[in-house]
Amino acid sequence: MDILRFITAGSVDDGKSTLIGRLLYDSKSIMIDQLEAIEKQSKNREEGEIDLALLTDGLRAEREQGITIDVAYKYFSTPKRKFIIADAPGHIQYTRNMVTGASNADLIIILIDARHGVVEQTRRHSIIASLLKIPHVVVAINKMDMVNYSQDVFNNIVIDYSTVAKSLGLPQVTYIPMSALNGDNIVDKSDKLSWFDGETLLNFLENVEVQNDVNLTNARFPVQYVIRPQTEELHDYRGYAGKIISGIYRKGDTVTILPAGLQSKIASIELGGKEVKEAFAPQSVILQLEDDIDISRGDIIVPGNHLPKVEQELDVLLCWMDSKPLTEGSRYLVQLNSKTVKGIVKEIEYKLDVNSLEKQFAPEKVSLNDVVKAKIRTASPLPFDSYGDLRVNGGAILIDETSNVTVGACMIQ
Amino acid sequence: MITHLRTLQSDFKIKKMKQYRLDHLDQLESEAIHIMREVAGQFERPALLFSGGKDSIVLVHLALKAFRPGKFPFPLVHIDTGHNFQEALDFRDQLAEKLGEKLVVRSVEDTIKAQNLTEPKGKFASRNALQTYTLLDTINEFKFDACIGGARRDEEKARAKERIFSVRDEFGQWDPKRQRPELWNTYNGKIQKGENVRVFPISNWTELDVWNYIRREKIELPSIYFAHEREVLEHEGQLVAVSNFIQIEPTDNISVKKVRYRTVGDMTCTAAVESSASNIDDIINEIIATKTSERGETRIDDKVSEAAMEDRKKNGYF
Repeated sequence: MDILRFITAGSVDDGKSTLIGRLLYDSKSIMIDQLEAIEKQSKNREEGEIDLALLTDGLRAEREQGITIDVAYKYFSTPKRKFIIADAPGHIQYTRNMVTGASNADLIIILIDARHGVVEQTRRHSIIASLLKIPHVVVAINKMDMVNYSQDVFNNIVIDYSTVAKSLGLPQVTYIPMSALNGDNIVDKSDKLSWFDGETLLNFLENVEVQNDVNLTNARFPVQYVIRPQTEELHDYRGYAGKIISGIYRKGDTVTILPAGLQSKIASIELGGKEVKEAFAPQSVILQLEDDIDISRGDIIVPGNHLPKVEQELDVLLCWMDSKPLTEGSRYLVQLNSKTVKGIVKEIEYKLDVNSLEKQFAPEKVSLNDVVKAKIRTASPLPFDSYGDLRVNGGAILIDETSNVTVGACMIQ
Repeated sequence: MITHLRTLQSDFKIKKMKQYRLDHLDQLESEAIHIMREVAGQFERPALLFSGGKDSIVLVHLALKAFRPGKFPFPLVHIDTGHNFQEALDFRDQLAEKLGEKLVVRSVEDTIKAQNLTEPKGKFASRNALQTYTLLDTINEFKFDACIGGARRDEEKARAKERIFSVRDEFGQWDPKRQRPELWNTYNGKIQKGENVRVFPISNWTELDVWNYIRREKIELPSIYFAHEREVLEHEGQLVAVSNFIQIEPTDNISVKKVRYRTVGDMTCTAAVESSASNIDDIINEIIATKTSERGETRIDDKVSEAAMEDRKKNGYF
């Protein structure tokens, strides 16, 4: 059994919450007391049937307004897989919440209302999926019951969306017609959609291969913490604690420590207190090196020749997440995995319209939820990979040093 | 020839995949260790909130994997309501002693006396809400800047929304509308003086994940998690242990039943479940078969309102 992390994009109107509720309900992940609680609420709201959407809205404000404001995480599992759903709001004013939810996702479900087809919101969600490089895309064509389960409607939407997917270079797009409200093609196949010979949504989610998304070639190990017991028997012990974010590490490997560029060899690898000959992503381990060199939190230990870039000039696609606007020349902290350096936003090249992909050069103002192409200069060299090549070492956050808030998400180009 | 090469390649791929694949518990474990080490790397005075319950016992086990052969970079801290199960308290003391790690215990009783707080009244008067006062005092006393806790997002709908690094103001309050975006596996632990961060390394675990992990790792638990005979009071379908902390009336329906605890909180607000599960396998089978959620079945304190947890968190609760 492994884990699939996916994000659902869409609004309440597309039936997003109903879809999640349906997945939880039909996979029997909802308990009686939780069902009773939403039944009670459904009655409070003077609605006849159980409102599956109520399962996902966790905050009082969300329940009162009937909208999703922030990402909620939901869990269910089948004998094949554990699923982690990032249930993100779909509206443009919550783009930053969606970007947050998308950052860890292996897969995105983009909901389309069969009556409306590909709309502005569909394009926006697809653009976010392509910016964040989510490896797998499912286009869930929902509310098929409202279009008499018409195969033509489905086919036309597939043709329309293919154009969008092609223009964005989205990989691995799968189309599934469904009705979340009636449960057609969610967990069980539906007679009404007998013309569709693909898998049901749950079937697909259970079987989609995500292991190939783990990069086992370009190894990266950011040091989080140095373990020094300083006891009599472990007097000289220096263990570098961290998580292998990509690749494979073997005892005896020659490694380069970045950004300094020093070299050494792996003397030992410890996994959960036991010595092992090799370890791989995403295991958390302790590495010991043969040479006594100065290594601290934020350094990266890399075996082999596929080294990350070590530079001070970063070209980034930046999603701005703060209510204060972004201005050229502002200083922030740049945090990439365990490394934090000071940085300055030197140039804002253009603003990207997340609905149309149009570029607006030299924008006057960059506000909350805007996506821009920018240049950042860091105070010291930063080891990084391009986000497109190695997602786990190419995504950095910007922190406002005065408020300490995370204000931006950078996909390094 | 080309076909042959393809077969070879795909064979290699399959082999590679199997060899370098982690199951869900390995992935969750590694994520939790990574989060704990981020705490060690980013904060000066962290603490691990330890209650003697299964989730915090799992945290201690994860901390061993994260930091041995070194010492923990934080003490274990228990906020003792005075209404705890003795079995859990004994277990707490023995575990800290066995590991040779520092244990800090602060008691709600002392806070009540020192601050002249009013004890809640009623049949099952719970000090659950008063814990927040003691917790905040303890954070102040030791100047803790991060408190690691065992809360999980599957427990409750407000928790489903909380970040892994959850910033609290000087009153310990959670503001769901002002949460920082939390991207990738990058955790921003920057705070102002007086603020602190609550950190939840097992956010993405479910109740079943915790139990499967306990089984796999052979983690010891206090005896109350396993079926035992106990004198209980039946109240609105829930079984509450008979103790000095609850008010017993002559009309009460009291009997001896074979029970176990699914969660361990205060004796006044944690209900037992009828069970004959005497080992982990039996418990896991019962949990798979159950139709009631963990908190729904065992927590009397969540039933107050639909937003009970959200409100408590906004007031500084764990």
